[in-house]
Amino acid sequence: MSQPAAQEQAPGSEAAANIGTVFTKFRKFLQRRPTLAFLLCAPLLALVIGLIVYPFFYSINLSLLNRKETRFVGLANYLFLFKRDTFWMVVRQSVLFTLTAVFFKALIGFIMAHLIDAIPTHRQRLWRGLALIPWVMPPALSTLGWWWIFDPSHSALNWILQTFFGTSVPWLSETFWARFCVILVNIWWGSPFFLIMYLAALKSVPANLYEAASIDGANAWQKLIHITIPMLRNIIAITMLFSTIVTFANFDIVQVLTRGGPRNTTHLFGTYSFSLGIMLGDIPLGACISLFLFPVLAVAAFFILRNVRERVRQV
Amino acid sequence: MIRKAFSFSNIQRNRRWALILAYFFLILFIIFFLFPPYYMIVTSFKTNEEISSVKGIPWIINQAPTLYHYKNLLTNTYFLTHFKNTAIVTIFTVAISMTISILAAYSLSRMRFFGSAVLATGVFLTYLVPETLLFIPLFKVLGKLGLLNSKWALVVVFPTLAVPFCTWIMIGYFGSIPKALDEAALIDGARWYQMLFQVFIPVAMPGIIAATIFAFTISWANFLYPLAFVYSNEEMTLTVGTVTTLIRGDVYHWGGLMAGALLAAAPPVIIYAFLMDYYISGLTAGTVKG
Repeated sequence: MSQPAAQEQAPGSEAAANIGTVFTKFRKFLQRRPTLAFLLCAPLLALVIGLIVYPFFYSINLSLLNRKETRFVGLANYLFLFKRDTFWMVVRQSVLFTLTAVFFKALIGFIMAHLIDAIPTHRQRLWRGLALIPWVMPPALSTLGWWWIFDPSHSALNWILQTFFGTSVPWLSETFWARFCVILVNIWWGSPFFLIMYLAALKSVPANLYEAASIDGANAWQKLIHITIPMLRNIIAITMLFSTIVTFANFDIVQVLTRGGPRNTTHLFGTYSFSLGIMLGDIPLGACISLFLFPVLAVAAFFILRNVRERVRQV
Repeated sequence: MIRKAFSFSNIQRNRRWALILAYFFLILFIIFFLFPPYYMIVTSFKTNEEISSVKGIPWIINQAPTLYHYKNLLTNTYFLTHFKNTAIVTIFTVAISMTISILAAYSLSRMRFFGSAVLATGVFLTYLVPETLLFIPLFKVLGKLGLLNSKWALVVVFPTLAVPFCTWIMIGYFGSIPKALDEAALIDGARWYQMLFQVFIPVAMPGIIAATIFAFTISWANFLYPLAFVYSNEEMTLTVGTVTTLIRGDVYHWGGLMAGALLAAAPPVIIYAFLMDYYISGLTAGTVKG
């Protein structure tokens, strides 16, 4: 656009014309589709590289420094953790927490999806909406409600136990019950997610499969085993893998309910890293603990990606 | 013939029983799901004397209900400051996240450049990264930027949680728009931005609403980042403000705490009540679609 103007204006001046052509070329380059496509992705790239990829490598770097971050100490932080009983307790508790919570979330979600699917269609919306409330409330805030429910002397749970059974339970101050409580609240919060996914998947199973099975005399159990579960296999796998990551990396519920106590027995990697890294100010050790989430994330991500790709191929 | 009629009525009776059983168990589960919010509501209307006494059934209001906790919350605490901070952070987070993800999704779903397929997979992988993995290095990065103890730190870090998922579901929605629509627009001489604003965004509106709700929720409900990066009452957001400032040494803080938690949780719950269908379709599309 600017080239004709430049030529008219100063036929003698080569430089101006050159600048003009360079400028035009640059404009043309900008208007090429791949360039434009890249430019539209540039903010995303900047965000992902600057605030996800770079911090990840920075975290690895931090985990190799001493507490004051002045000296490179190699794997000393990791070796220090491996020698601590608390660390191994966190590992065991995280695995127990994740396996139990994911299993029951999936189970409750699966059962509830079937229950809602069984009632008349025009009523399903209301029940689904009610069931979603735990998942819609910010978990840090709804956990405050649970914290109050677990209050040992003034609250509902122990009132029931006291009135009908003449006993009470120290919900959050005894290791077994504290672990039970954090898992229970996690199940309460996470089941609706499974419910939504399974309900949507149930609706996509062709009705004629069930009709054919009925004609062949299959009972409800056989339909479940031979139609529903095989048809939902993929979505069950994906939701459980997703939930494994989210549950393993949980922070809000444990932090609000127990802060890792009593005696560090309910800590997960997230809360343990927070208490050492931010509360006690040992940034390298905190980074080190957080990084243990990565292997679990990587394995789950590998399987999720494979599943998603398979699904794309099928469609 | 008689046998057939008999079995037919049998099936009907079985169906009715199945329905009754379904409702029975559904009600049991719903009681489990709704008891905590219900109990929070009840507690927030109780007087301190009633909360501290052990007499009477705890899950109903035995004495006269009171609005004391709500009045106290709005006048004597930082609640309104926290609410304002949360609203500011959320508006900026949603605006930034949606701009970044719509532009990127438009490019990734319709144009090709070197490495665009890798980038699309990469976006999905970053969506899986949990917040607890990176908060320590982000603490250092924000420290270097001089943003610690400021709500603007949250505006910088929240998009890292929202953008990957928003981009991912927008790629799905844009990808499902028929190519014929682009071609028609191209023949009419539309530029890329005209195509984006006049074809893609209007057609993919349900997806945009779903992504916006997601970004809103992430920003409103996040607890770890404000807890780790913000310390002063003036800069705190609601989740952290409610958890840290409303809990005192006092045993009888429950009423005020429940009132604060309920009011803080209200905006996302209200938004879901109206826009639930959009969100659910976005969520199922986002995880199921390739």
